[in-house]
Amino acid sequence: MIKTDALVVGAGPVGLFVVHQLGIIGLKAEVVDNLDRIGGQCIELYPDKPIYDIPAIPECTGEGLTNSLLDQIKPFKPNFHLNERVQSVVKEKDNWKVTTSKNKIFVTPNVIIAGGVGSFEPRKFLTKGIEKFENKEVFYSVKDKNFFKNKKVCIFGGGDSALDWAIELSKISEVVLIHRRNEFRGAENSAQIAKKLEKDGKLQIKTPYQIDSLEGENKLTGIIIKSEDGKTEKISTDYILGFFGLIMKLGPIAEWGLNLDKKTIPVNTENFQTNKKGIFAIGDICSYPGKLKLILSGFHEGALAARACFKLAKPSETYRFEYTTVSKSMQERLGVKKSD
Amino acid sequence: MPKITYIEHNGKSHSVEVPNELSVMEGAVHNNIPGIDADCGGACACATCHVYVDEKWFNKLGKKTDAEQDMLDMAFQPNEFSRLACQITVKDELDGLVVKMPSKQA
Ligand SMILES: Cc1cc2nc3c(=O)[nH]c(=O)nc-3n(C[C@H](O)[C@H](O)[C@H](O)COP(=O)(O)OP(=O)(O)OC[C@H]3O[C@@H](n4cnc5c(N)ncnc54)[C@H](O)[C@@H]3O)c2cc1C
Ligand code: FES
Repeated sequence: MIKTDALVVGAGPVGLFVVHQLGIIGLKAEVVDNLDRIGGQCIELYPDKPIYDIPAIPECTGEGLTNSLLDQIKPFKPNFHLNERVQSVVKEKDNWKVTTSKNKIFVTPNVIIAGGVGSFEPRKFLTKGIEKFENKEVFYSVKDKNFFKNKKVCIFGGGDSALDWAIELSKISEVVLIHRRNEFRGAENSAQIAKKLEKDGKLQIKTPYQIDSLEGENKLTGIIIKSEDGKTEKISTDYILGFFGLIMKLGPIAEWGLNLDKKTIPVNTENFQTNKKGIFAIGDICSYPGKLKLILSGFHEGALAARACFKLAKPSETYRFEYTTVSKSMQERLGVKKSD
Repeated sequence: MPKITYIEHNGKSHSVEVPNELSVMEGAVHNNIPGIDADCGGACACATCHVYVDEKWFNKLGKKTDAEQDMLDMAFQPNEFSRLACQITVKDELDGLVVKMPSKQA
């Protein structure tokens, strides 16, 4: 069990900056994200694309912004718990008990939800009846490639993950690579290698095909694929792998008893508290009249939420408004105070 | 103002006027028409604004960018008339446009 002043759900830009705002007023934060890396949409959807509307930064990339934010919060040494989704948030006396998908437990007076449009999860096959085969014969990632050794594997997708795994697994498995278009959008070089492997008979490529239906009762035994002009083909297979990128799912957040408006959480703009005391929502996931889904708005929201957290984390202390330029205690926390 | 018709997967049809320069996605979202999620807010990064454009109209739309084509790969059951609604800009020539929504967005 981990005790902390504030638990931040989501390591996107807004979750990162609120760690700073908590840190300068002396509050410690732990950050949980379902992704395997830090940066939310900026790192997952547009790491190399430019952003032009971060105050005082004329231009930076999604990755650059993430790195700068990490730099800025370094003095506060936040702990990141990646690859973990926050599953439940329940009241326990004056605190919230937060449990993750890895059964890690946090106890905290403040939960700050900076969950964007939800947690990033692999985009799944939407074929009827697929659920009962998932994690048995149907997967969206490869944990141990030897699991597929000497088996037949159908790989779906046209991006880098699909190409890379098709190439890698073709060394130890019988691989069929299936994509809905003739062009692959992964690296040109990988597409070339895959086509060469096909020529050499080490890999089969089926385009333009999509999955149509599944065969098998308790165990998946085969699939039917269908081309745009309606041609179908049956392929018997041991496993299927889908690499369709990531999608954002609101997921467990919807079950924490919070008011929801479509996929957003209405907040009080005085402190960004939700309908539950001690649970705050900031960034893309919060809504209020006039809300803009911009990073800069999220920064402001975090600044106010952090101050509200202070009262709950340190009820016996008085919060004082201070500037970083002149506040000795803030500069101490930032590790920049020069001894005079 | 151009009139756009959105047909839900269950056949329910919604015809609304959408101002020029908005996207077909925004036209749906501003009018609370179900069936278009638009999780990324129109950044061509989520494929949850997937629509099937009526055959008669498909060629009147501009060409898809590579980025849109790549995202469409991720959509649910795309076909040759698939587009991302956030990438179609409403203009006078599109008055009467008809789009159908898929059975699910993700
Ligand atoms: C292509 C594109 C371009 C953009 N350009 C700009 C721009 O120029 N300027 C601008 O201001 N904005 C831009 N945006 C919008 C900006 O990226 C978002 O406003 C910003 O990322 C929101 O930050 P956030 O921290 O609120 O959420 P996100 O960045 O969405 O991060 C949320 C994180 O929370 C995690 N999460 C959610 N639920 C859970 C859970 N239950 N457990 C664990 N983790 C969870 C998710 O995995 C995710 O990593 C752009 C967006 C896109 C897609
Ligand atoms: S709204 Fe996300 S791709 Fe169109």
